[in-house]
Amino acid sequence: MSRLIRLDQTGHTELAQWSSSDPAAFERARAAMDAELARGYFAVAGDGTRSAEQVRELPADAELVILRRPIAGG
Amino acid sequence: MTAADGGLPLTGALPELADVPWRPLADEPALRRTDRRWTLWLVAQELPLVAIAVGLPLLSPLLVPMSLIALAFAWFIPDLWAAKGAEVLRPPRLPGGVAPSAETRAIGLLGDLIDHRARELLTRTGLVVERGRLGVWVIAGKGAVLVRGRGRRVECYCVRATGDDLPLADRIAHLLLALRADEPGFATVSNLSFSGARWRLSRRLPAPAKDGLAAAAMASGNRDREVSSSP
Repeated sequence: MSRLIRLDQTGHTELAQWSSSDPAAFERARAAMDAELARGYFAVAGDGTRSAEQVRELPADAELVILRRPIAGG
Repeated sequence: MTAADGGLPLTGALPELADVPWRPLADEPALRRTDRRWTLWLVAQELPLVAIAVGLPLLSPLLVPMSLIALAFAWFIPDLWAAKGAEVLRPPRLPGGVAPSAETRAIGLLGDLIDHRARELLTRTGLVVERGRLGVWVIAGKGAVLVRGRGRRVECYCVRATGDDLPLADRIAHLLLALRADEPGFATVSNLSFSGARWRLSRRLPAPAKDGLAAAAMASGNRDREVSSSP
């Protein structure tokens, strides 16, 4: 089961789950991600402990997609 | 134009690069140039003080105290820069609004993003050590330190997630994800606050951060040996 997570003030919030066999769940996850991107979040897809890739569209095969806020030099 | 405007493709490169279009991408040659510039800048600051320290006693032995003061300044100037760099590994002041339960949840997720060894180090030091292509990174809530040159050289970068309401572990997770997604972009977006010897930075750190930096230096030494021995 793939997960869409947003990093926020609560620690994190799971916004959606989907699997390749459930297109409706994937559509819901995609809509949730689009809404967060519109709010200024950025999406990073990865396999957890090693790699991460900046994405604009929800990859159906990603294990984990995390929505993060922008970073800036302090 | 800002990152949120979508000036850059959001796949691959960090979108935040759109906020700093004037900066060259921080690759290996750029980092070496930055190191050289910092060293030259420091030498330029030190030379007049050392010249004063040497020259005054030659003019009159009565000026020896002034010479000692000049030497003290020569010692403290690089130390002040290192103190500025050390700030990135100190915990940020968080607003009282962050609930302990939020911090616990954030630590749980951050723990899922790193391997067992990094998790053990996180528990001990509050820092995440991550191997990259440019070197080994030590990531904290207010920025990250890049350890290079077999663990002898460090670059301290001030960078943080926007918004004051995030738990500390979430701040580290933000930086870790951005670093993994685009390491040169991450170094480019960040503000360099110190480049110099690791020992000088280490002197200014609290004990847990010292441990984290030492672990990164060891990993950097191993990494550089692997790189130099690979065909």
